[in-house]
This record gives sequence, C-alpha cells and structure tokens, in this order.
Amino acid sequence: MEAITEQKYTFKDFTSDQEVRWCPGCDDYVILRSMQKALPEMGVKREDVVFISGIGCSSRFPYYMNTYGMHTIHGRAPGIASGVKLANPNLSVWVMTGDGDSMAIGGNHFIHVLRRNIDLNIVLFNNEIYGLTKGQFSPTSLVGQKTKSSPYGNTQPPFIPGELALGAGARFFGRIGGNVPKEITQMMIDAHKFKGTSLIEVLQNCVIFNDGCFSNITDKDVKEDKQIFLEHGKPMIFGKNRDKGLVLNKLKLEVVTIGENGITQEDLLVHDAKEKDPTLHQMLVRLEYPVATGIIRSFDDVTFEEREDALTKQVKANSKFKKTDDLFFSGETYTVK
Amino acid sequence: MISDKVKLQPEVVEAVVIRFVGDSGDGMQLTGTQFSDTSAMFGNDIATFPNYPSEIRAPQGSLYGVSGFQVHIGSVEVSTPGDNLDLLVAMNPAGLKTNLHALKPGHTIIVDSDAFSKKNLEKAQYETNPLEDNSLENYRVIQVDMTSLTKEALKGVEGLDNKSITRSKNMFALGMVYWMYGRSRDYTIDFFKKKFKSKPHLIEANTKVLNAGYFFAETLELIPNAYTISPAKMRPGTYRIIMGNTATAWGFLAAAEKSGLELFLGSYPITPATDILHELVKHKHFGVKAFQAEDEIAGIASAIGASFAGDLAITTTSGPGLALKGEALGLAMIMELPLVVVNVQRGGPSTGLPTKTEQSDLLQAMYGRNGESPVIVIAASTPANCFQYAYEAAKLTLEHMTPVILLTDGYIANGSAPWKITSLNDLPDIKNRISKNASENCHPYDRDEATLARNWAIPGTPGLEHRIGGLEKDRITGNVSQAPENHEIMTKVRAEKIKRVQNYIPEIKPEFAEEGDLLVIGWGGTYGSLHSAVKQINEEGHKNIGLAHFNYINPLPKNTEELLKKFKKIIVCELNNGQFAKILKINFNGFEFLQFNKIQGLPFGNNELIEEFKKLVE
Ligand SMILES: Cc1ncc(C[n+]2csc(CCOP(=O)(O)OP(=O)(O)O)c2C)c(N)n1
Ligand code: SF4
Ligand SMILES: [Mg+2]
Repeated sequence: MEAITEQKYTFKDFTSDQEVRWCPGCDDYVILRSMQKALPEMGVKREDVVFISGIGCSSRFPYYMNTYGMHTIHGRAPGIASGVKLANPNLSVWVMTGDGDSMAIGGNHFIHVLRRNIDLNIVLFNNEIYGLTKGQFSPTSLVGQKTKSSPYGNTQPPFIPGELALGAGARFFGRIGGNVPKEITQMMIDAHKFKGTSLIEVLQNCVIFNDGCFSNITDKDVKEDKQIFLEHGKPMIFGKNRDKGLVLNKLKLEVVTIGENGITQEDLLVHDAKEKDPTLHQMLVRLEYPVATGIIRSFDDVTFEEREDALTKQVKANSKFKKTDDLFFSGETYTVK
Repeated sequence: MISDKVKLQPEVVEAVVIRFVGDSGDGMQLTGTQFSDTSAMFGNDIATFPNYPSEIRAPQGSLYGVSGFQVHIGSVEVSTPGDNLDLLVAMNPAGLKTNLHALKPGHTIIVDSDAFSKKNLEKAQYETNPLEDNSLENYRVIQVDMTSLTKEALKGVEGLDNKSITRSKNMFALGMVYWMYGRSRDYTIDFFKKKFKSKPHLIEANTKVLNAGYFFAETLELIPNAYTISPAKMRPGTYRIIMGNTATAWGFLAAAEKSGLELFLGSYPITPATDILHELVKHKHFGVKAFQAEDEIAGIASAIGASFAGDLAITTTSGPGLALKGEALGLAMIMELPLVVVNVQRGGPSTGLPTKTEQSDLLQAMYGRNGESPVIVIAASTPANCFQYAYEAAKLTLEHMTPVILLTDGYIANGSAPWKITSLNDLPDIKNRISKNASENCHPYDRDEATLARNWAIPGTPGLEHRIGGLEKDRITGNVSQAPENHEIMTKVRAEKIKRVQNYIPEIKPEFAEEGDLLVIGWGGTYGSLHSAVKQINEEGHKNIGLAHFNYINPLPKNTEELLKKFKKIIVCELNNGQFAKILKINFNGFEFLQFNKIQGLPFGNNELIEEFKKLVE
C-alpha cells in the first residue's frame, strides 16, 4: 500500500450510484454500511480497493461500492481475487461471499485460498440458507432445518465455517453478529491490517428465508449471555454480569462462574489469538455455548506473495536473462547462411 | 550378425525417417533427441515426434510399455516426423513387435539381441523368436549383442552399478546410428559434459559406450539403405530446435515484453499441456507469475483476476480442462477482458486418449459455453509456429478486448522442429488498451469505433473505479441491465466485435495451386502431413491441387468463400469426425465439402492422404 493518503474519505466516497436491491431489513445492509465506514479508516486510496464476489444475494455487494469491483461466477471469487492480488500486490482486495458460494460450489477454492495465505480479506455472509435462489438449505443449514429443498427437515449435517477454515490453515478468523455495525467495522479494519488471508464470518440474518436463525445468539437481550466476545490478551469472560468465563478442563472448554467453587478471574483462560497452534482456536469455534465471537485467530505468518517475491528477486539476481532475446538466442543455436 | 536375405542397395534420398524404440526405461527419448539435435546442428531440417505410454512406469518389457522417438531428417524441407521408417532401432522384442509395421520392406532393423530372452519374448507375446524364425526375412536385420558389448566397453570404469551399465546401452545404439549417417559425436559428448558436470565417471562411461557403438558400426561398415547427407536449404538465420509447447510459452513471453505487460499464467497440470506450465514457471527472471491453482476453474479464475488488474493473462489446459473452464470463459467474454486460453488438444471424449493427438475440441472451443458467447479461435499448425500463434493470440486479445482460444495439439506440442529465432524487434507491435487517466474512459463499455473493443481501466487508476460482472450490462453506462432491447444489442455487439477481427487477420492463401480440381482444406496441427502429401502429389504431376490450411477459425479469413469458389472439389481433412467441415457448412452455402477424417489418436499418414486425393482427381 502506498503512503497513507492526505485526503480523508467519508463513507459517501465509497457509496456507488446503484440502488441497493436487498430485502428491507436484511443484515446485508449492515455489512455494506460497516464496510463503507471502515474503508475511510484504513488509509487506502479508493482506486486501490477491489471487491470481488461470486453469486448470491451477498455477492451483489461490489455493485454498491464506489471502488473497483467484479461480480463474477458462483464460488470462484477466491480464485479471481487471488489473480487480482498477484497481479498487483498494492491493491486491497476483498472477497464477498455467501455460505453456499464459499462452502458448497466454491468449497475447493475456499480451502485452498486459506491454505496459501495470500493477503486477501474474505467476508463470509453466513445466513445458513441460499438466499438468492429463494431458500434451499446450504452447507451451514442445521440438521432438521425446513427449507424449500428440505420440506421435512434437512438431513445433511453442517459445516462450522470456522472449523473448516482453521482446518484449512486459516491464519485469521473472526466471527461477528450481523447486527453490530461498529464491531463489524472494527473487524474489517483489523482484517485489512492483517497480512495474509483473513476471514470474517458474519452471522447474517436473512429476513425472508431464514428469519431469526441467529436471534438466540445475537439478539440484544441475549447476546451478552450467549456470546463470548474474544479479545487478544484478555481473559475469556462473558455474561451480562461479566461473571462467567471459560477454563480448560482436560480436553474441553468449560463454562465457570466467577465466585462459585472458588473461581476467580485469574483462573480463566486468556485469549491468545496470535498462537500458532490452532488447537484452542478450534475448540473456541466449535463451542455452542457460549458462541465465540471476535477475532478468534490472528496468527502472523509468511504470505504467499512474500515467498513468491523473494524467489523472484533471487532468480532475477542470478539470471543471465534480462530480455526474452537473451533466452531465445541462448544455448544450442546454429546459423544457416 | 547381419542377415543377408535382403540385398542392400543403398540409395541417396532427400530424407530419412528413423525410429528408436524400447522400454520406457531404455532412454529412447534421450537417444532420439540427441540424434535429431545433432542432425539439426549439421544443417538438416528435422521433425520429431515422441510417442510414449500413458503409464509412468509400465511393466518392463510389456507391449504397452514401449516408448518411441521418431525423427525425420532431410536435406530438403521436412514437415512431418514421417510415416514409413527407413531404420528401426529396437531395444527389445516388445518394441520390435509394436513398430515393425511402420518399417519399409527391405529396410534395416537394428536390435539388441541380448534383450531377446525367453522372458522378454513371452512378455511381447512372441511364440517364437523373430530373430530366428525367418519372420523378418523381408528386412535387413542387424543383430548386435548390445548389452554385452556395453558391459565390455565399461570394464574398468569405476563407480558404476549394474543398472547404470545396462542403462547406457542406448548410447551404444546412438553411436552406431551416428556412424551410419556420418554424424559427429561432439554435440552428444558436450551434452554429457554438461549434464554430468559433477559426476565425471558418468561422462566417461557414456562417452565410452557411445564411442564403442560408433566403432562397432565402423568395423562392420554398417551402411544404411537410405542416405541423406547434405544439409537442407533453409532460410538464412539463427535457428534452434524447439518443441511446440516451449514455443507456445515463449510466444507469450515475447508478447508480454512487447506489450509492456507482466505475464500471468493460471494453470492446472494436464497432459499434454503441462509442459507450458513447466516452461513458464522457470521464467521468474522476466517477472512471469505462473500460478499452479487447485483446479482448472481456479486456473482460469486467477487469470481473469490478473487480467482485470492489468496483466497479460493466460490459462493453459487440454480438453477436459477446457470443459471445466467454460463458465469462467463466458464471464471473461461478457466482461470483455483480455485472456488467452490455450487448449493443447488430446484424444477425447472424457479422459479419452490422454497421450495421443486429436483435433476434436474445435466445436467445444467454438461453442462450449452457455449463452451467446463467441470468442476468437485460432490454431497453431507446426511446433515452431506455436510461437507465432501464441504471440498472435496475445496481440488479438489485448487489441480486441475479448478472450482468445489458441488450439494446438499433442502432436505439434510434443513434436520439435527447427525454429528460425524471431527477435523481439522483428515482431509486430502490440497496443494494449489500458486507460491511463479518467478523461480517456467515461464508461467501462465505451468502444473503439473500428474494432468495438472497450477500454481497459485497471485498479489503481484514480477516477476510473467501476464494477463489471457476469450480469448483462447497459450498453452505455455498463451498469447491470435487464432491458430486453439492450440485451439483444449487446449480444450482437459482442458477436460483431469478433467478426471485425477479420479486418486484422491475413487472408487465406492457398499453396501449390490458386485454382483447380481439388482444394485440400486443413487446420491446426495437420499442416505438416497435408503439406507433404499435397506437395508430393503435385510433384507427381497433379498440378491443380491446392492446400488451404487455416490458422484463423473464428472469425474465418475474409476471402474464404472466394477461395472455395475456385476449386471444383473440396475435401476437408481433420483428425476428428468432421468438426471444421461443420463450421464451413454453416458458413458457406452451395458447396459440397467432402471429408477425410481419422480418429485413431494418430496423425495422418502420407500414403492414406495421397490415395484419397488421387481418387478424387483421377
Ligand atoms: C453455476 C451456478 N450454479 C447455481 C447457481 C444458482 N445459485 C445462485 S446463488 C446460489 C446460492 C447462493 O447462496 P449463498 O452463497 O449462501 O448466498 P446468499 O444468497 O445466501 O447470500 C445458487 C445455488 C448459479 N448462479 N451458478
Ligand atoms: S433473500 Fe435474504 S439474504 Fe437475500 S436479500 Fe433478502 S433477506 Fe437478504
Ligand atoms: Mg447464504
């Protein structure tokens, strides 16, 4: 990225002239506005920002951003975004994707992009449903969930996106409710700062086909009791009264209450997002109560481009080929007079 | 031992065809390459074709494990690896059995008689030993106990195990053939010195065996049936021997440098296209970004991304991979981004014949996408001109802002031939359509009046922020539009854009005859076969047979119809079931397109073509 711009943008600078076409009340609006607010805080030039999406309601996102963007084909955004970033590492490249786009048709690309660790940012709109095609179950839909393609209840067990991502080697994983714009904005800024592939899972309510799918976790009145919002270096504490926390009991995370059985805050686990070993991060993403949100993993690692760049420099320095003619006329040639 | 059943009457010919065959582990590819490179250095024109099994390590001695390398050398222009052999070098019974049919009657076989053991004969399904049962009496058989002689030659060389000793017997055979054709051993000895720089004992061993073979042939005064001695008359210039796939890769290197863009390759390995990836990954010194993706779709996807961001982007594959890329190619087409897809065709359908050649992806290239989605389709026709057409594909895609499919095939991709090296200075300019500033480009779909190509506004350029995608666009603003008339207009504009490429490509020029009785039509990798057949038949007195060989397929050259009218009969020859003939039929009414099709995973043979053409003119 070039030096921080003099110009200070506002969210309006990132708003395109296109009319937003999501259903009223959809969390996608929250994500859009959070992004438009996050970008001015990142210190990137507008012309250096690129949004790439696949297909789905969520994938309409790039049209609403006044930046460079491509609305591509179903599931393939990670590949396309990788090409953009490798062609011009100076760009801030964002993949906007749905649960079907990323983990059904695009599952292969999703795991490989995470494995490679190219400096991309992925925002996964998880609504546990196919929105655009009007309500079929997705790879994150729950067993028993009734949808248009599972009228008697879904029989396919779901992926937990964080578990899949960490299994694929994700260096940065954050999870956040779709109804907390400030936190989403902050997480986007953190993802941008992170060097390597960062993945944000937004628990996104689809008001039409899966309304309330996260309300028992994200609704204002329950969220503090049902979620644990993790921050690096801070104790794993949650609850309206800040009296609950997590400890490790053998190979399991256990919820304890401060003040009961002699537990004090000192006994709680302290969140270390930067730890290389993902074991504890895996336990956290799988936890059903409380649901872990915040940046669960943020492990600094060498990026794909850094490795490639170092190799290229080395090869360039040692090569006798500066121009293609040097190559073409090198080695075994012969002359006909 | 030399059988004297056939009387040797050596004749001087203009060209000879030699095939080296043996087990996959016998080093036949290396032997053949050494012989052809040495001959090229000597000044012969050459064409080669390797033929190896699709199994990586087929069981030793088995019929399907035979690996072969054919080389055609000439004191005149040679345009194919040849069909009928003047000399067959067979390192084992399986090689003899599977290749004997190609040898001209009365011509020479060199065999390693040590390899004709009971076990090997059984594996090759010989009931009796062909070296003893008179079944080869129509040929001149030179039996050499090569394995023993190789061991003998290597007595006293330190540090060699048994395996490497027997392995080097291919150099014994090469030494023999060098003597027979009066070739120098220097090039190969230099090659050993380079290859085994840190293993001097291997330099010594290989040189000894090569020399032993050479002197062995000298002592026996082994003379071939057919000689070709003098260098060919080739256009003056500096040459090198190049394989089709390498030439393709280099064409893109040249195009990137000429256009001032960086080259991006997104690819997934697939036979016979992988060597382009292998070649381009080496060239980091030119800033080439060669990205091996997780599958073909990610390969083309990454290329589309790189193209959007301003690189010269290509993706390379073979038939099944092109099928996977279809949807993404349609995306590149509707977004009107530059992108070259190279399809090195192989035998299909499905996995088909992965290591064999065919031209059966033409209709897939033309129509294999959803919706109305025309792209430019061009085809290379020789190993060396893969360079020219890769360069042309890049030029067309950058100047016309629409994807190009470049078709080659296993035959020319793996074949090699002399390439008159083209310096960058001698290549035509490539003008990319990148908009440098906001005033140049108001809307993403503003077009050049002549070509209808849009401008290329790449991320990082202030003021040109825009969104494109797979949804239909408004023809002016580039915003998403479902308007009925707009869709029809945009569909027609995209088709017209391809059609106008006609104004920028050369007309088709027939060879041998401008008009006459028969027009032979071909396209792509069959050029060598068709050229030599039509040439021969003309030399035999049929002066009015022309050859029109197409490199530009979509669009077709402007004067195609005019040309068709000048001949009484037209025959379209293809290694498929008539795909180009279909395209011609759709485009040109009132002609009868006869067809000659071969679908055996093999190139055309000279004789079968000549026979067919004669039937039509006699
Ligand atoms: C190749 C292909 N197959 C299927 C579709 C149809 N399709 C479009 S979006 C979609 C599912 C989208 O679900 P998700 O990714 O969860 O996005 P959401 O709409 O929920 O945001 C499907 C199946 C398509 N566009 N392309
Ligand atoms: S269908 Fe659901 S996900 Fe799609 S826009 Fe409507 S509410 Fe949002
Ligand atoms: Mg969804």
